[in-house]
Amino acid sequence: MKNKSLLSLTLAFSLVGLAGCGEKPAAGIAPEKYTDSLFAVMKADRTNYTKLIVKRLGPKGANVIKPDEHWKDIENGAMLPAQMFRAGAEAVADMTDDFTYSLQSLWPINKQNAPKTPVEEAGLQYIVDNPGENYYGEEKLGDVTYFTAVYPDVAVSDACTSCHNDHKDTPKTDFKVGDVMGGVVIRVPL
Amino acid sequence: MFASNDKSDFLIGTATHGHHQIEMACETCHTDAFGGQDALQAACLNCHAQELEDAHDSHPKKKFTDPRNADLLEIIDARYCISCHTEHQEEQTHAMGVTIPEDYCYHCHQETLEQRESHKGLAFDTCASAGCHNFHDNRALYENFLVANANQPWLNQTRISPARNAAQLTAKKNSAGNHHDFSEYISKHQDIKQDWLASRHAEAGINCGGCHSANNSDQWLAKPGVSECRNCHANETEGFMAGKHGMRLSDKLSQRLNPITPAESRLSFKESSLHTQQGCNSCHSAHRFDTASAATEGCLSCHNDEHSLAFMDSPHGQLWQLEQAGEAEAGSGVSCASCHMPRIEEKQNGLNIVRVEHNQNMNLRPNEKMIRPVCMQCHSLEFSIDALADNDLIRNNFNGKPAVHIESMDWALKRNRNHSN
Repeated sequence: MKNKSLLSLTLAFSLVGLAGCGEKPAAGIAPEKYTDSLFAVMKADRTNYTKLIVKRLGPKGANVIKPDEHWKDIENGAMLPAQMFRAGAEAVADMTDDFTYSLQSLWPINKQNAPKTPVEEAGLQYIVDNPGENYYGEEKLGDVTYFTAVYPDVAVSDACTSCHNDHKDTPKTDFKVGDVMGGVVIRVPL
Repeated sequence: MFASNDKSDFLIGTATHGHHQIEMACETCHTDAFGGQDALQAACLNCHAQELEDAHDSHPKKKFTDPRNADLLEIIDARYCISCHTEHQEEQTHAMGVTIPEDYCYHCHQETLEQRESHKGLAFDTCASAGCHNFHDNRALYENFLVANANQPWLNQTRISPARNAAQLTAKKNSAGNHHDFSEYISKHQDIKQDWLASRHAEAGINCGGCHSANNSDQWLAKPGVSECRNCHANETEGFMAGKHGMRLSDKLSQRLNPITPAESRLSFKESSLHTQQGCNSCHSAHRFDTASAATEGCLSCHNDEHSLAFMDSPHGQLWQLEQAGEAEAGSGVSCASCHMPRIEEKQNGLNIVRVEHNQNMNLRPNEKMIRPVCMQCHSLEFSIDALADNDLIRNNFNGKPAVHIESMDWALKRNRNHSN
């Protein structure tokens, strides 16, 4: 996967010292690598939940769980994959301030999940225009500067596309499997 | 002054209706002089976290911690309860203990007013005040629920209340004392014996020692209190101490307070009851523990407001009186408790437990919380929403049909039809 890096690969967290003048480089990890790794875990878990739980146990499989937007209100209700993803983001936020992540789209069902910052807008547009690529940027929100990475969120199943295409609040009704439906935005305070 | 137990000099303003009776247990909320908002937030959650969880809180703190919401937090810092519910500010406190202007929804959801056809032109401050939305609890109000429960008859006349079984199924074995034989007391109190023989306690084999033994010993306890009742009725006691009747006895308070009396409350009460301290026995008179009496007479012996006084002549009250007279099926009547302390069915360890929610405030503020656990047991969703939005109807204890119509269900159905087409 090709990456578009707006930042130099030398940009890293504070634990990365300046290398030069014969000094031994300090140990560290580039922010892209850090967010890429986080995204890999998120994507793997999300795909597994979608295929191994929702598809296998839902109406298209054993039909013993009911994936539904209002899952709490339904007997045997189960979170939709996107909700599972958000629940993970919220649980992470309870544990650490070291990074945050969210699921956003240029065509959100819930308008609160539309891009809000210029970097989010640019990133979500970039991953749609450049399939297979990620977007990296830097932005200041409040008093804090963040490294912000945007990763494509691709429809892995017809359950994703049909649910979005048919939802009464969707602004887009022609998603296909393999389309970039939105993006995962990971933020790391610098 | 700092060391004194009387901290009334520190009160910077009258507390809200929700907290006024515990305002002198200052450290319940002010746990740390230098803890700031986070300490106060922890105190709020210490009492209210579970009800927010149960309400499927629509705006939990976790929705606001993402830095992309930093701009929204500058308007309303929704991570903290006190941003909207500031205590001791009586002059700016309005319904539901909210202390910010009522257009708070608009700041984040203006696009709904601008883009959704049905919402165009609505006033900025009507989202949560017109029976359509609630900041925390939308379980009975969300769009899919409205659609799923539309077009139902306004009344289901066949509804029968489920029989209570919580104490029977959940009380720990031997929790009601060690059943010492205190027969010498029985012989002196034949009237009490008769009351006890007519009680569910006698039916369940709970004798005098079940309540009148101190710490499960053979020592006679003349006046058992809430803690003895709690041995078997844990659920009920927890609810009681979370509500207005028992909150002064809650374990969560920083100091023990005297039980509340009607004289210390802010509602209208009967003169004869003003100094009755609230405990289990104030509604469930001792020894007979007649739950039917507790469910209505217990309330009406104190409450003296228009709604309470109208109960007996209301359709609900008439049904209740028919049932009590044996002229209607058991469980078909509607008592005060049917609505304000409803029977809740839930699964525990595979058992279907029916308990009485003893926190009278659990479903009262806002009153839309009552729709699902109470009103919809007998009435349609649409009727329930309208009835609870009609203040005149509430005052006369639902004697008639709603004169108010909330359009949320109409709008939801219309949007659903348009989408299907």
